[in-house]
Amino acid sequence: MSANRVRVVVTGLGATTPVGGDVTSTWSALLAGQSGVTTITEDWVDTVPVKFAGTAAVDPAEVLPRPEARRLDRSEQFAMVAAREAWQDAGAPEVAPERLGVVVSSGIGGINTTLSAYDTYKERGWNRLSPFTVPMLMPNGPAAWIGLDRGAQAGVHATVSACASGAEAIGYAMDMIRSGRADVVVAGGTEAAIHGLNVAAFAAARAMSTRNDDPAGASRPWDRDRDGFVLGEGAGIIVLESEEFARARGARVYAYASGVGYSADSHHITQPEPEGRGIIMAMTQALNDADITGLDVKHVNAHATSTPAGDVIEVQAVAKAIGTHPLVTSTKSMTGHLLGGAGGIESVFTIKALHDRIVPATINLDNLDDGIEVDLVYGANRRLPEGDIAAVNNSFGFGGHNATVVFKGA
Amino acid sequence: MAATEQEILEGLGKIINEITGIPASEVTPEKSFVDDLDIDSLSMVEIAVAAQDEFGVEIPDDQLKNLKTVKDVLTFIQH
Repeated sequence: MSANRVRVVVTGLGATTPVGGDVTSTWSALLAGQSGVTTITEDWVDTVPVKFAGTAAVDPAEVLPRPEARRLDRSEQFAMVAAREAWQDAGAPEVAPERLGVVVSSGIGGINTTLSAYDTYKERGWNRLSPFTVPMLMPNGPAAWIGLDRGAQAGVHATVSACASGAEAIGYAMDMIRSGRADVVVAGGTEAAIHGLNVAAFAAARAMSTRNDDPAGASRPWDRDRDGFVLGEGAGIIVLESEEFARARGARVYAYASGVGYSADSHHITQPEPEGRGIIMAMTQALNDADITGLDVKHVNAHATSTPAGDVIEVQAVAKAIGTHPLVTSTKSMTGHLLGGAGGIESVFTIKALHDRIVPATINLDNLDDGIEVDLVYGANRRLPEGDIAAVNNSFGFGGHNATVVFKGA
Repeated sequence: MAATEQEILEGLGKIINEITGIPASEVTPEKSFVDDLDIDSLSMVEIAVAAQDEFGVEIPDDQLKNLKTVKDVLTFIQH
């Protein structure tokens, strides 16, 4: 690593999730072990085998001004709410527009708009569509609206890689700063995909939990009786800056965003590669990029979605790439799986864990599955040591996309 | 149409408030959409779509561009 390389810091956090409408309430709920997964009552629920989801704790349409909310798809509403929280949390940096970027992704885009607009078009004709239908359904819409809101001109991007999208967005943002394209970048992920079609499609892939008699117990990573993931919704957004820019303006620094690693399994379109070779490669590259060793990593916010196939492969890969010593948790046990939003909120949680030196326990882990050697946090929250430590967020997506982001304590 | 001009004005005020946030009380007949209310062309399309549903009239695009003031819309809907 070059000694004079630009270092990237995190100065602002924003989140709206199934357990809270902002970072403070979300983090408190996670430390209290609260599930955000509940029975849902939408009219399509009788047509699908899954009757529950991690619906957002706070409806973003109730937070945003009415004229704005009606022009934004729900995925864009979440992103806007979280981005504004992160921006204020960062102290609303004064930055030249041509030095400000945005990288915000979703896995699926504005699918609620796509489907409702199709109904309007079929039933009432093209001229009853909102003129904002296209910007509501396009997957770059959340990034574009945030870019407009902030006046960002250095580049507004949306990396799309299913459930790795949010983590890839943060990695791309780090690279924008490190390559000198921007001083400040707003980055993260968002998703609003609780719709009958998505539930039906994921159920058709046999990927979802059907534990309808116990929604709060349905997301149970590493538990012997897990039966699939639980769909959640919301957004997590962070503000990244070059360290030089942040220090010059006296910003509070939560953590360093010090490394990112990517890989592709090239094994199967949806199934994880059984040896975890792709995710080992992503983690190894991320550690190299951060110029640290596995021993420096004290915490992993795992991708672990509560699917039978993926959870154990991931922690076995963690043991090989990093070691068995880090405190590993899956906050998806409480939030459900936010798909493209996962890397966003889970980066926020990784940074909070580093900053507050505490790891929230995975809930619903009653009977540990076989083959797990890493130090899983369950039963009670655990403290992280003081000193110069690092933490890792993993995100993997359908398509075989793997992304690992490394944060270091400030 | 059975609706009076006052009823149409109130309905239009509600629609414009919903779409733009402009208080319904500011939607008065002499106001120009562009110059006085700062409503852009895409917002006019949104207003037209909502007005078509509310008042049951079709507003073709070639007519929409001629509707410059609130009074123009009131007159169009009444005839």
